[in-house]
Amino acid sequence: MRRSLIVDTSVHFIFYSVLVLSLYLLFAGHNQPGGGFVGGLVAGAAVGLRYIAGGIDAVREASPVRPWTILGVGLLIAAVTAAVPLALGEALFESAVVDWRLPGLGEVHATTALIFDIGVYFVVVGLMLMVFEAFGDDPEEVQR
Amino acid sequence: MVGGRRLGRRALLLAGVGPAAAVGWALGQAGDVLDGGVVTERTQWVGELGLAVDLRLDGFGLLMLALVSGIGVLVFAYAWRYFGSPSAALGRLAGLLGLFAGAMFGLVVADNLLVLYVCWELTSITSYLLIGNADRDPEARSAALHALLVTGAGGLAMLGGFVLLGQAAGTYRLSALVADPPAGGTVTAGLVLVLVGAFTKSAQYPFHSWLPAAMVAPTPISAYLHSAAMVKAGVYLIARLAPAFAAVGPWRPLVATVGLVTMVAGGLRALRPTDLKQLLAFGTVSQLGFLVVLVGVGRPEATVAGCALLLAHGLFKAALFMVVGIVDHQAGTRDVREIGPLGAGWGPTKAVAVVAAASMAGLPPLAGFLSKEAAYEAFVHGGTGDRVILAGLVVGSMLTVAYSLRFVAALVRAPEPGPRPEAAERVGANGRPEGEPATSSASSTPAAAAPAERAPAPAPAGGFLAPAAVLAAATFVLGVAPSLLSELVDAGAHTLDAAAHAHLRLWHGVTATLGLTALTLAGGALLYAARRPVATVQAVLAPQPTGADVYQAVLRGVTRTADMVTGVAQPGSLPLYISVIVLTAALVPGAGLVLGTWWPGWPDVIGEIAYLPAVGLLVGGAVASALATRRFTAALLLGVVGYGMALLFVVLGAPDLALTQFAIETLSVVLFLLVLRRLPDRFERRTPVPRQLVRAGVAATVAAFVFVLAIAAPAARTDAPVSGEMVERAEPDAGGRNVVNVILVDMRGLDTLGEITVLATAAVGATAVARVGRRPRSETEEP
Repeated sequence: MRRSLIVDTSVHFIFYSVLVLSLYLLFAGHNQPGGGFVGGLVAGAAVGLRYIAGGIDAVREASPVRPWTILGVGLLIAAVTAAVPLALGEALFESAVVDWRLPGLGEVHATTALIFDIGVYFVVVGLMLMVFEAFGDDPEEVQR
Repeated sequence: MVGGRRLGRRALLLAGVGPAAAVGWALGQAGDVLDGGVVTERTQWVGELGLAVDLRLDGFGLLMLALVSGIGVLVFAYAWRYFGSPSAALGRLAGLLGLFAGAMFGLVVADNLLVLYVCWELTSITSYLLIGNADRDPEARSAALHALLVTGAGGLAMLGGFVLLGQAAGTYRLSALVADPPAGGTVTAGLVLVLVGAFTKSAQYPFHSWLPAAMVAPTPISAYLHSAAMVKAGVYLIARLAPAFAAVGPWRPLVATVGLVTMVAGGLRALRPTDLKQLLAFGTVSQLGFLVVLVGVGRPEATVAGCALLLAHGLFKAALFMVVGIVDHQAGTRDVREIGPLGAGWGPTKAVAVVAAASMAGLPPLAGFLSKEAAYEAFVHGGTGDRVILAGLVVGSMLTVAYSLRFVAALVRAPEPGPRPEAAERVGANGRPEGEPATSSASSTPAAAAPAERAPAPAPAGGFLAPAAVLAAATFVLGVAPSLLSELVDAGAHTLDAAAHAHLRLWHGVTATLGLTALTLAGGALLYAARRPVATVQAVLAPQPTGADVYQAVLRGVTRTADMVTGVAQPGSLPLYISVIVLTAALVPGAGLVLGTWWPGWPDVIGEIAYLPAVGLLVGGAVASALATRRFTAALLLGVVGYGMALLFVVLGAPDLALTQFAIETLSVVLFLLVLRRLPDRFERRTPVPRQLVRAGVAATVAAFVFVLAIAAPAARTDAPVSGEMVERAEPDAGGRNVVNVILVDMRGLDTLGEITVLATAAVGATAVARVGRRPRSETEEP
């Protein structure tokens, strides 16, 4: 596959910027537009950029673990978060609000639903990576 | 079944604990129950449905329990010797036998029709698994399926019948149903359905063919399930219902006809096979017909005879099966042309066989004689209908005498003359049970197994014969002590029908019954003596489509019909599928929409000027996409439609939706391109015009429906929207100001969990589909 230096370089910068944006959307989601689902999609778009620049190999380099691991971990996080309140004698999906004062960050206001949202984020990211994995390899390469 | 491998034969001991405990428990209750007492238990199952596990042990239940559990214990003892070498399959077999014994126990003590049904199906399933014990043998597998399909179909009919009966009576309790029988058309229909179930289970014509096929199972299985216990389930149910329902509509003619046909046809078929196990199988079919007639006509004397025969048949038939298993095990064959001469040490085995076969033939002073006498006695004094039945019973019993003689002769005398079977044929006929030592196996070394060259079969050890000997002894003891048999039978028959009282005696004096017995024995002996001409006549007269042929034809018919239906419903055309789906989605609710009051009037045509560019993008993109000639262009233009939608969301003040829509649209285009790389660049343009018109029509219909729905839906609200409450509670209850997100991860979290599960499944599915037919490069292409 022919690679373009300009695209390569700009994608290299944009990729991480978009990832940061996706994380912002994930954590801001509870109070402002965003959330795990959109965050995951934006991260998927970032992966798409890498695909345009470097094909399926660049997508594989983007993630240290295999796509299905991300997918499975996400689903596990979501399911466990949903079920933990049951073990504590509460209703399914009961959430709690947490307010911490963290050094450097100041007042942090979060709810346990955020953990569930992180699970959703991972599922979406894993899904995108798997789709690239499934359909993204070069047809010519496959036929060869 | 790891445990089975480690336990080896001891698995049989473990599984045998169940039936042994059942026998012990039954003995403990026996005194009470024989005096007319009833033991009941009740456990709530599904309280909301009024479903309870009602258990009830009465006299008849005790009789059946003694039969199924007593013989069960003996079968386990027999299996201990039969299966010499332990194998993993033996552990499975032992477990299934134990499960079967438990299901049979439940069936007998169940007082609730639905509980009875569950146990009934459990016996069908364990029977399926046990017949298919040699799971690599195609013959065993098809026989197992045959049995499951026939008894399973009958079981479903029976369930329907149970529901009809239960609804008509207002109770599913068997005892209450029989005590206060409902009447009416539904009851008649229900009874016929229940009878169909009972007929399939008890191998009555025309459903009988699964039973001879099931003989591929190891002999302990055949002795237990397919002679003593499971096939009696149908008889048991008929016996329970007959006293209350025999007078209803078609019951009596149906039961008498089916039973007699089965008895005579099964008896005739038992004269033909050269495989002793097949002989016994058809003999069992015949005797089951006998039983169905006796317990089914619902008359006190016949019920008494039926109970006596139930017990007698279980004893002698299990013993005979065990003897066949011993011969098969020791001599390596059960073909009448190959057995024998069985020499030194075989005396006890022959004695057991003779006693059991004599009981089957109805010779005094054995239990079989007493029950057959009682049966003749029940019909000898009646009118024309009784005389017809009596004639059928006598003919059937003559045949029983004839095949009993054949059985005994095969063991006692020299081999039956006839052409020696080809080696290949023998392999098929023997179907050796798995786990049996192949010391002189005909199937493993066909060349060396010709009868002339075979060494004399070693006599069985005493322990191997003991269970069969116990059964034969019981046959004898009950025969010479009729009062004992009378008491057992009386307790059983009396609970079925209060008017039934057993007076079984060996000597009634010179009566018509005695004459009939003499006639039966003489006729049977004559049939046996003239077996050559009889065989010739049978070969000519035998009905060409046998039961097995009918079953095969039905099976083929069902498969072919399914093929045809699938061919019509699933032609494999994607445009057709999509057309059907979207047209259904448009027309069904569309019809409801048009028929109701639906038109709220035109909404504001243009709400705000800012809508215009968004709508322009939407419409322009959609039209251009439909007109595009290249797939790539069409995909990009669809993306334009999506962005137009997102723009509209922005204008309408829904940033969350817009954000998601933008992300989704971007990724959709990327994914489209991934897939499009594998498709031709341009659309196929040679679609015939009529088909294009149809597609245009479908598209227009769906579009019109969506348009109308979009206008009508907001006006159709009948309740206050829930969104108001969600907006109010998002901040205080869930600690979030973004209501959309709070709904997603908190209020409707379970929905989201379901959705991401679907996503994950879809991802796995897409990967699997994309990878069909190719291996990862790392495995195939790297050196």
